[in-house]
Amino acid sequence: MSLQLTTYIIVGLSFLLYLLIAVWSRAKSTKDYYVAGGEVGPVTNGMATAAGWMSAASFISMAGMVANMGFGGSVYLMGWTGGYVLLALLLAPYLRKFGKYTVPHFFRDRYYSKTAAIVAVLCLLTASITYIIGQMTGVGIAFSRFIGVSSEVGIYIGMAIVFAYAVFGGQKGITYTQVAQYIVMTTAFLLPAIFISIQLTGNPVPHLGLGARLTGTDVTMLDRLNQVVTDLGFKEYTTAVAGSTLNMVLFTLSLMIGTAGLPHVIMRFFTVSSVKAARISAGWTLFFIAILYTTAPAVGAMAKYNLHRTVTPGTEQNISVFEPEAHLEGAKRPDWMKRWEKTGLLTWDDKNQDGRIQYYNDKSNDAAFVKNTEAAGWAGNELSVNADIIVLANPEIAMLPAWIIALVAAGGLAAALSTAAGLLIAISSSISHDLIKGMILPSQSEKSELVVSKISMAVSIIIAGWLGLHPPGFAAQTVALAFGIAASSLFPALMMGIFNKKMNKQGAIAGMLCGLGITLFYVFAHKGILFIKGTEFTHLFGGDNFFLGIAPEAIGSVGAIVNFIVAWFVNRFTPEPPEFIQVLVEGVRLPRGATKLRGH
Amino acid sequence: MKKDDLAYWRATVRLLSIMLFVWFSVAIVLSIILAPILNSIKLGGYPLGFWLAQQGSMFIFIALIFIYVYMIGKIDRKFDVHEE
Repeated sequence: MSLQLTTYIIVGLSFLLYLLIAVWSRAKSTKDYYVAGGEVGPVTNGMATAAGWMSAASFISMAGMVANMGFGGSVYLMGWTGGYVLLALLLAPYLRKFGKYTVPHFFRDRYYSKTAAIVAVLCLLTASITYIIGQMTGVGIAFSRFIGVSSEVGIYIGMAIVFAYAVFGGQKGITYTQVAQYIVMTTAFLLPAIFISIQLTGNPVPHLGLGARLTGTDVTMLDRLNQVVTDLGFKEYTTAVAGSTLNMVLFTLSLMIGTAGLPHVIMRFFTVSSVKAARISAGWTLFFIAILYTTAPAVGAMAKYNLHRTVTPGTEQNISVFEPEAHLEGAKRPDWMKRWEKTGLLTWDDKNQDGRIQYYNDKSNDAAFVKNTEAAGWAGNELSVNADIIVLANPEIAMLPAWIIALVAAGGLAAALSTAAGLLIAISSSISHDLIKGMILPSQSEKSELVVSKISMAVSIIIAGWLGLHPPGFAAQTVALAFGIAASSLFPALMMGIFNKKMNKQGAIAGMLCGLGITLFYVFAHKGILFIKGTEFTHLFGGDNFFLGIAPEAIGSVGAIVNFIVAWFVNRFTPEPPEFIQVLVEGVRLPRGATKLRGH
Repeated sequence: MKKDDLAYWRATVRLLSIMLFVWFSVAIVLSIILAPILNSIKLGGYPLGFWLAQQGSMFIFIALIFIYVYMIGKIDRKFDVHEE
């Protein structure tokens, strides 16, 4: 059976499964719609939350970024998992006790202020919409590469599928579909990793394979990889730092705090049956995420090793890399390289016209290495490999069977669709519940709220699809913004709302605005004002990463600190919150008496 | 706040502080700041600092949450504020 046909069958079957689940679990009430009836068990909720959390970026890009960055890639691994500790300990149980459906609703009640709720809605919408663009473009890429339809048609199909189960099923339909999607994406991630680990080290557990010896040698996988990359002028894999140690610390903290503050993640802990279930559900979520995340370092390192030994076979045969025959002849490059060249994500440019591929670090600071490359007649690095293709091309690089390649396509689509659905329900509930019911039409009945929510969901899907079809040039860079916003505005205000009962609305609002301001300022300085090219202004402050040498992706933690300080300061000089708010906060801290989730 | 409730909250905050101290020490201090020093210790074929940053820390995060759930459950029952 051809690869194309296998892919159709496997992706088609996975879509059929999602649709069947949607029909079976369609929502009958607002309660079903927003919080799946409040009856989802912690393990199920954990698995669904894990699927919603692991986006196209986690499935497709992360292992590739780890492969590119080596040790520095740990910022993503720890940043996107460590946040669940904050969520489980500091937020989830208390927000569940609070007993409302949406994050802005907490702001409205706790800070007795519509302004606070509006700021929260704006932060939520910006973070969620920027996030969803990436999912829609991810769906498009996966379709166009694997199914052979254009990326536009792919996005239309993706929109139709999400529409079916999100609009009719609500949170309940999404929850059960995400469980299925989790299983599809994790199988698709683990199987190639297991096969490749067996090929290279004979150990079927990739986690152990990465620390094992290569088959038939007495050299460990990591030592060999370090040797290969340093021979080619790159930094040593296991010690390469991302920027500086300070940058890595702040970057990791930003992703952690941002993870704990992202509304579409927090919202999932409103759907469990009790306070205890909220705590343990965060543990299960992390458990299921970690199954994929702890495999990613092995996937990244092994793919990198396979790529180098394919392109620079001399490293296998103890030929010095400065000998011409150490490098692969372009005419003999494998078919998978040609296939990916068509997408533009992999390019070979024979700069020195020798017919061979020199893949090395042409920006090395090592003078001896640079001298040798010049003597060997190299004219610059000739191969560029986009980090995104490491996972997608991995089974092809390792020459695995067609059905595994097809499964990876289904896995990438599952990752993008499950995250898109979770984001859409966060967006639509925020519009229908917080904006329309909370501010414009408070007297609305439950039935009409459900209709409004479905309409706003449908409109959100169309907008998300449109943005996926016409991605603004900045789509890839906005992830920094989503996490920055969540870390610098939402997380500190939520935490202070629970842990400081005297925190008033003035302090919280001032803190959020200042934290957000600092973050936006730094991100816009690097990426352009509102991401418009040419409006970057880092030169005014002495160049990129001007604040302590940290990257714009790492500024969220600084924004969070500013938020806490400003809030504390303003709070001291403004009136205490009313007595009933302080009583409310005291009640939120005690597990007993958590309300059953109601239709309001 | 009633006296017992205040004592419960103090016990909770104490537990949270310990757990977050471990969380920070593992993720930030051991896995990033001290990783270059720890790398001289080998764990199988892994340098220890690298292993902590790319594998170990994530296992410890999971353990931290489940240990916390167990400990806070005990505190809940001790102060009689657990859910029925």
